[in-house]
Amino acid sequence: MTPRRTQPAKPEPAAAAPRPAPLVLIVDDFADNREMYSQFLEFSGYRVAEAQNGHEALEKAFALQPDLVVMDLSLPGLDGWEATRRLKSDERTRATPVIALTGHALAGHSKGAIDAGCDAFITKPCLPERLLQEIVSMLKGRPDIPERGR
Amino acid sequence: MSPHAPLRGTARRRAKIGTSERLTLAEALLGTDDVTGCAQAALDWLGRCAQLKRGLCLVGSAESPTVLRPMATLGIRGARVRSFTLDLEAHGEPLVASTVGVGGSVFGRNGRPAPRTPLDSARLIALPLHGRRILEEYPVGLLLLASTDPDVEAQARWVAGLLGPRLGALRAAQRREDGERRILRERSLLYNIINAVTDPILLTDTEGRITVANTRAETLLSAGEDESEGRRRAIALNNMLFSSALTQRAIEGGEPWRHELLLVDPVDGSDLLFELLSTVTMDPREGTGIVSILRNVTDLRRATQEIEENYRKLRLAESDARAERDRLDLIIDSVADPILVTDSNANIVMMNAPAERLFTAEPDAGDEVRRTVQANDAHFSSFVSNLFFAPGAMRRSGAIGLVDPRTGAALPVEAISGKIVSEHGEVTAIVTILHDRTQELERDRLYEQLKRASSELEQKVREATAELTRQNELLRRSHFEIEQASAAKSQFLANMSHEFRTPLNAILGYTSMLLKGVTGELTPQQRRNLERVDSNAHHLLAIINDILDISRIEAGKMPLTVTTFDVKDLVGEVLAEAEPLISRSRLAVTTQVAAGMPPLATDRQKVKQIVINFLSNAIKFTPHGSVDVRTQYVAARNEIAIAVADTGIGVSREDRDRIFEDFRQADNSPTREYTGAGLGLAICRRLAGMLDGHIALDSEVGRGSTFTLFLPREVKRA
Repeated sequence: MTPRRTQPAKPEPAAAAPRPAPLVLIVDDFADNREMYSQFLEFSGYRVAEAQNGHEALEKAFALQPDLVVMDLSLPGLDGWEATRRLKSDERTRATPVIALTGHALAGHSKGAIDAGCDAFITKPCLPERLLQEIVSMLKGRPDIPERGR
Repeated sequence: MSPHAPLRGTARRRAKIGTSERLTLAEALLGTDDVTGCAQAALDWLGRCAQLKRGLCLVGSAESPTVLRPMATLGIRGARVRSFTLDLEAHGEPLVASTVGVGGSVFGRNGRPAPRTPLDSARLIALPLHGRRILEEYPVGLLLLASTDPDVEAQARWVAGLLGPRLGALRAAQRREDGERRILRERSLLYNIINAVTDPILLTDTEGRITVANTRAETLLSAGEDESEGRRRAIALNNMLFSSALTQRAIEGGEPWRHELLLVDPVDGSDLLFELLSTVTMDPREGTGIVSILRNVTDLRRATQEIEENYRKLRLAESDARAERDRLDLIIDSVADPILVTDSNANIVMMNAPAERLFTAEPDAGDEVRRTVQANDAHFSSFVSNLFFAPGAMRRSGAIGLVDPRTGAALPVEAISGKIVSEHGEVTAIVTILHDRTQELERDRLYEQLKRASSELEQKVREATAELTRQNELLRRSHFEIEQASAAKSQFLANMSHEFRTPLNAILGYTSMLLKGVTGELTPQQRRNLERVDSNAHHLLAIINDILDISRIEAGKMPLTVTTFDVKDLVGEVLAEAEPLISRSRLAVTTQVAAGMPPLATDRQKVKQIVINFLSNAIKFTPHGSVDVRTQYVAARNEIAIAVADTGIGVSREDRDRIFEDFRQADNSPTREYTGAGLGLAICRRLAGMLDGHIALDSEVGRGSTFTLFLPREVKRA
């Protein structure tokens, strides 16, 4: 069980926001990458939640109602495609954008991801800035996007 | 003893009987030509003049002069007289003895007993009657007088002296007369015989004149007065021919002689061929003559000719038959198979040379050969006998195991026997042909071998086929395995790429964050080092991506996404993407896009990848100068060419092909000047192939290179 981290990572960029920063759920079984993206997104002003497998991802998504999910597709147990399908078929999370992230460059992966309901597809290696860029473009139009990530 | 003494004695008594009486007797005797008459006259005279009572005159006939028979009688008669004969050859007879000499005998005087006679008298005067030739052995006759009176004796002696010569003369005359009659008879018979002979017979004298000719000869050789002219001429011709033949005969002389003589038949004018046989006869009275017999051989000649012709034909036929037989013998002998003919006792009566080799042994042959020949004979006889004793069966065939006497080798033969039957249905012989089966058996054996070999071959082929099937199956499996392996390789590469990327993602990410100052400001040294980490991590990522591309192309998993686009736009995009490189290189990079370029329908991303590769290579290998990107439409081939020309180091001729190989640079040494995995052009070549295009390189070392990508305007969709 990963403890819920809802506190702002850094106090300094925080402006007088009328509402809390968007919550991004990062799902990845590889802790280094997961924490790297978490660290960078928190550094960029986002709230971040983490899950290391599909079941946990579903649990947290339903419980926390994140603003966006970054989903690694290769997961032990319930994989990313299935997890995405379930998110997209659930009332509570149907509208939540999902960015698929995969180390697999072979054709078929992206198509499978789109079919599963992913809103974007990014191939690793993906620099943190690139992910942030994708998140910003996903959340475009929302007033609470942190300054730093734009 | 003188014969005249008794006559002188009688003369002395002449006085007692008158001279006239004697004359009468002499006249009577001379006047009678008959023996019987003379004898009777003499006896009668004695009865009359000398008073003789009984007397008998015996005379030998001309035919049998030694047997005296009663010719005349005086005072006696009867059968006893007629049957009385006196054989002068019976020398012991007293009467016969009395006939020896001229004296005669007187019985009944001086105690001399009289022999028995038909006179039945004890007194008997026996006087022989001699002919003119006193020395003739036998008397002509005998006078038997029943008296011993000397007067009678004297008168009888005188009568005997007169009667004997007269009877002798008469008998001689009769004999001569008989002879002449006989001669005439014989002569007539001879003539008849001669005339009866159909062959002409002639007797000629030494002059060639015809003495005797039979009827047949006369028709040929003598002409009558009334003959026709033609016949006379024919006869004259015949005479001439005959004389000429005889003349020749006379010249040649000697032994009996044969000669062919051609005469003319006077009757019908036909030719008659005679064989003339002539013999010289020496007759003391008639002189030398020639007896000629002409034998008509016309028919004989014809017959002879016919016989000769027949004989010739016979000889011819015989010679034909002999030739036929010789040929048959030759054929039979030249037949390689033994042929035998056996009689009804199963004895071999004929065989050809090959058969002789099996069934006869040379006289000097060894025991072994003899035994073999006997064994062969026994086998053969048993076979043939079986046919003999099989009524009805005309043929028989079967195998006999013989042995070659010369080599001792087994000789399996097939015997075929056939009966030869006479007209009466009897089996006269059996002909058998033996056929050597060695070769046949050998052939069978070879055939068996062949069959076996064939079946072995078949088996081998089956095995080979099975093996092939197995190999195919293996191959198929192997192919499947290879496919699986290939898939596994692709999977492995995909996994590896994932496995590589995941840590690389962390490296790149943290490096990037550090450089972004997420964790605070860096010293210049730290930043420089961190940039090195970042650069090498990116390079590693590029290599991984290249490897992934190649494996994807090879696995056929590189998808083609065909779109239609403008080449000009693509070139602009490429230049924009390469902008960081271009600005760093400080080279003059220009583009020349020909006007009126048609749009291109192909995989845009791949074309872009190739051109970027060209451009980055050009920048990398051009220390100074310029790089020019040109596009062109080759209407003739409906191709679009995108060329990147530089003024760089160039590629040597021998390196031109190598640089398109995987992991190749022109300088492949570990100390090479230019970095890069060397996969770029290899990937470009593969990508161009996927797009049905190709890459051309024109280069000169030290002057620069031009890489040109040729693409069809429209790629064929797989």
